[in-house]
Amino acid sequence: MNSAQATVRGSAAELRDPAWKTRVTLALLALVLLWPLLVASEFRPWHLLDAQSLSASGRFLASFVPPALGAEFLALVAQAAWTTVAIATAGLALAWLGAVPLTLLGTARLSQSAVGRPMRPLPALGRQAIRWLLIFLRSVPELVWALLFVRVVGLGPTAGVLAIALTYCGMLGKVYSEVLESTDPAASDALLRNGSPRLGAFLYGALPQASTELVSYTIFRWECAVRSSVIMGFVGGGGLGQQMDMSMKMLAGGEVATMLLVFMLLVALADRASRLLRDTLA
Amino acid sequence: MPAFSSRSGAVAAARPDGAQAVTAGAGIAPIPLRLERVSVSLGGPRCALCDVSLEIRAGEQVALIGPSGAGKTTALSVLAAALRPSEGRVLIDGDDPWRLSVPALRALRARLFLAPQVPPLPPRQRVVTSVLAGRLPRWSLAQAVRSLLAPSDAAAARDALARFSLQDKLWSRVDRLSGGERQRVSLARALMSQAGVFLIDEPLSALDPTLSLHTLEVLSQTAHERGATLVCSLHQVDLALERFPRVIGLRDGNVVFDRPPSRITGEDIARLYFNRDAGTVPGAPPSSDIEAAGAIRPGRCF
Repeated sequence: MNSAQATVRGSAAELRDPAWKTRVTLALLALVLLWPLLVASEFRPWHLLDAQSLSASGRFLASFVPPALGAEFLALVAQAAWTTVAIATAGLALAWLGAVPLTLLGTARLSQSAVGRPMRPLPALGRQAIRWLLIFLRSVPELVWALLFVRVVGLGPTAGVLAIALTYCGMLGKVYSEVLESTDPAASDALLRNGSPRLGAFLYGALPQASTELVSYTIFRWECAVRSSVIMGFVGGGGLGQQMDMSMKMLAGGEVATMLLVFMLLVALADRASRLLRDTLA
Repeated sequence: MPAFSSRSGAVAAARPDGAQAVTAGAGIAPIPLRLERVSVSLGGPRCALCDVSLEIRAGEQVALIGPSGAGKTTALSVLAAALRPSEGRVLIDGDDPWRLSVPALRALRARLFLAPQVPPLPPRQRVVTSVLAGRLPRWSLAQAVRSLLAPSDAAAARDALARFSLQDKLWSRVDRLSGGERQRVSLARALMSQAGVFLIDEPLSALDPTLSLHTLEVLSQTAHERGATLVCSLHQVDLALERFPRVIGLRDGNVVFDRPPSRITGEDIARLYFNRDAGTVPGAPPSSDIEAAGAIRPGRCF
């Protein structure tokens, strides 16, 4: 009997999936951890369905119909929406300007010193520092940045723009790096091994593979920036948020409904733009 | 060993040891390679390369053969300064790359070209861009960006592709190409570089016998014209023996033989490829004379 036959007749132990035990353990561990989390977050979904909550939310929603469609109000909403779009776009553009260099410096995929060996300590430390900076930028909520900037630059859209720029710089930098690192390394590695500079390897190796994901994530973030500029409107950042704050305080549900429709329109627009750009790049 | 450092890669010089070195134009300086007791362990229990010493003269053409997992790719990576050996020393043009500063190492790598077995081409890229990427090491960032928008030297890319009969694919996208076409596009990129060493990992793995012969001829001729060193790993034993003045047999990370094909017997080949599990070597000649080695018909792959 040669060794090939011996392997075929080998015990059933050889056929047992070595990953099975780990998977079961992790699943059980997740369940055990989930329980205290549900308790801590006071997760009681049945409260949503008791009579009092239903009538309260019913009254609130009923006030939304019909949406306010007066010409004067629509003009006001249009102007506020324009401000909101401007805040989101300017904030995201600033964030992008900061995130791109941080990504290119921070991603390990484009390291020159790590070709064929472990990364040198100094570049590794530099990349870690960039990671910490990105964590710092995005862990402070944009609302907190906005409250800070309102004190510096006063009430108005500028505070919102700066707040979005800082938080979103952290988010874009992190996700851009991860998108780059999740693409097939072969193309950029081959270029680096043959002596290409870092940016050359990025432009000719990594970018062609990651471009659609990068674009789609950036547009998704623009969408998020539109929403968060609303929250900042509540603290005096201008735009639709400030209008909505006033309408809510006046219990004018119809006006709130109109503004929500404008939001849906903006998000649908972003969705459409993302689809178009992805199709162009694909 | 005379330290010869033309780090800019732009200086062509006559080398005392480069006997075959035809000092070609375009600033290619032939580069000798040397492994001194090099071992590489890739994390497994065995070494991928075990105490290997080799000397490859500037302008020499060498084939690496051996069974799958013998260490051919690892050897090429070490020779390309793309993988640091765990032990021993590698000398490229007299320099130990792993003692150089990062910029100097990059300048050295720009003078070597390693073509991996699987063509490293982004699927959504156009062929012209993929080929011109061979120029990246010598381009400034501005040139690289400009060429991305409008290819800076499409004529040169077309000429490089034409050597592999792919000139009509210049404007195609990489993902529209067949496996064999991608492989040749990645070789066209090698021609685009100004490297003094071509380290090519199984350039023929996706090619039919006729194309294999033609492709190997182009590689060897180009290397000869430029005075560049050529090291090719191959599974086509017959082509290796037929086309290369020197053949190195690798098995289990060790050099089994290293000599001109005229002194490699059928038995050498049979022993190199003998597989305990498979029991036999397909088409292995039983006798040990040179005629038997020559009797391996073209197109047969081990």
